[in-house]
Amino acid sequence: MTSLPETTQRKLGLVIDLDTCVGCHACVIACKGWNTENYGAPLSDQDPYGAAPSGTFLNRVHSYEITPPHGQAQLVHFPKSCLHCEDAPCVTVCPTGASYKRSEDGIVLVNESDCIGCGLCAWACPYGAREMDPTAKVMKKCTLCVDRIYNENLPEEDRTPACVRTCPAGARHFGDLGDPDSDVSQLVAARGGFDLMPDLGTKPVNKYLPPRPKDQWEETDILAPFLEPVAESPQGFLGWLDRALERL
Amino acid sequence: MHPAPSVIIFTTLSGLGFGLLVFLGLGLPPVTGWVAFVFFLIAYALAVGGLLASTFHLGHPERALKAFSQWRTSWLSREAWAAVAALVIMALYALGAVFFDTRISALGWLGAGLSFATVITTAMIYTQIKAVPRWHQALTPLHLSTASLAGGALLAGQITIAQILLFLAGIIQIAHWLRGDQRFGEAGQSIASATGLGSPGRIRAFEAPHTGTNYLLREMVHVVGRKHAQRLRLIALGLGFALPLGLIMIPGASHGLGGLAVLSHILGMLASRWLFFAQAEHVVGLYYGARG
Ligand code: SF4
Ligand code: SF4
Repeated sequence: MTSLPETTQRKLGLVIDLDTCVGCHACVIACKGWNTENYGAPLSDQDPYGAAPSGTFLNRVHSYEITPPHGQAQLVHFPKSCLHCEDAPCVTVCPTGASYKRSEDGIVLVNESDCIGCGLCAWACPYGAREMDPTAKVMKKCTLCVDRIYNENLPEEDRTPACVRTCPAGARHFGDLGDPDSDVSQLVAARGGFDLMPDLGTKPVNKYLPPRPKDQWEETDILAPFLEPVAESPQGFLGWLDRALERL
Repeated sequence: MHPAPSVIIFTTLSGLGFGLLVFLGLGLPPVTGWVAFVFFLIAYALAVGGLLASTFHLGHPERALKAFSQWRTSWLSREAWAAVAALVIMALYALGAVFFDTRISALGWLGAGLSFATVITTAMIYTQIKAVPRWHQALTPLHLSTASLAGGALLAGQITIAQILLFLAGIIQIAHWLRGDQRFGEAGQSIASATGLGSPGRIRAFEAPHTGTNYLLREMVHVVGRKHAQRLRLIALGLGFALPLGLIMIPGASHGLGGLAVLSHILGMLASRWLFFAQAEHVVGLYYGARG
């Protein structure tokens, strides 16, 4: 059903820390691996070893350069996947009911055997979170690893999305953002987590934590006044050389 | 957005076909017998041909029937219903007109209404998409429906109505372009709101997530077609509206000139539809550094 649930019991989602992400793309690879080997159509590649490689990914890491008015430029790595929006425009446009949002945990999924591959949902998503697989010709998107998080065959520490499990920097957090007391909600509150393009009214569940302001040069330089150069003009051999060269 | 040929042909032809069905349903002209047969043949060829072209765009056309299930929320599903309902009702009406020399006007009006509704549902598929600000404006359904009605009137040989509608549709076409040019700015999205990383100018896309291209870039950040946009606008306006209008204003215009007017209109509408897609910018481009 492409009608959105009025409310969902839980709001499972990700919190992504832009301060900690090192841009290693490990989450991208873990995601591609898990979602190719497990549930649904594999994420195909086209011309992977050729001149124009291209492939389907559910998670991608952009990099941005920030130049603040004062201080040094900063590189921010920006992982992006489905935000499991509460008011998901991708779901309501779907003509077949293949796209749906679960009322129990808010995960947005595609039932691949119902998908006609019209691509309308990918148009409707402002975030570029859906990609049509050119081989399977069905819409692929982040499932929040629905086949891991409830999977009792996996050890408990693995019952979390593959991207979260693999992140070496601990930049990705998974939990219930509908519960104000959950770890992820606390983290969002403490760090001022924000929504992407909030004005579009999609009400994303996933939140992003802003990069912390970097130290300023002035502040680190407390010893500088004591380290003023002792000699203004060169002495000894260098001084002689300097004078000799000047005379030339 | 990627100007896929199948979608351009679909929206152009089926728009024209359903536009013609509107007029046939209203009894303009009040045709029966063989003449009606030819008229309905043209209308169905265009409308059904367009629908078939659109299925080429689907990844899994064999599952197309499932698209009827979500009419509660999906304009694409509503379009499927409206199109089938219009085609069925108009087929009954055509049956009476062609074989029994009787036009059941109530059925005709219903069919005309449904045909018009089909055009509107098609337009709403684009209008509803907030992520493409150029489409997300009130003029989009107005533009697509007046264009379809103008073409329909032209095909139906309703000279006076066609003159008014071509003029009106041309004006709305211009308005849709001009408003559309401002829409992205009005939507207020920037690389700053897309990433949440502060004001534009302060932030710059440094590196894309992938070295090659991908589905998103191919489908939604298509920029090649934007070249020559101004020239194509003139062509669309000239061939789509101005020339057909001029041709049918010639007193005592022959069938040959009428045919030329229709041909010119179709070519112009193809150019217009190309621009409709090629010039539409999707906000996802912001993540890739489009628009600074
Ligand atoms: S991020 Fe895109 S695909 Fe995911 S729920 Fe939101 S609109 Fe849908
Ligand atoms: S591509 Fe599939 S999931 Fe997306 S709108 Fe079309 S049918 Fe629904």
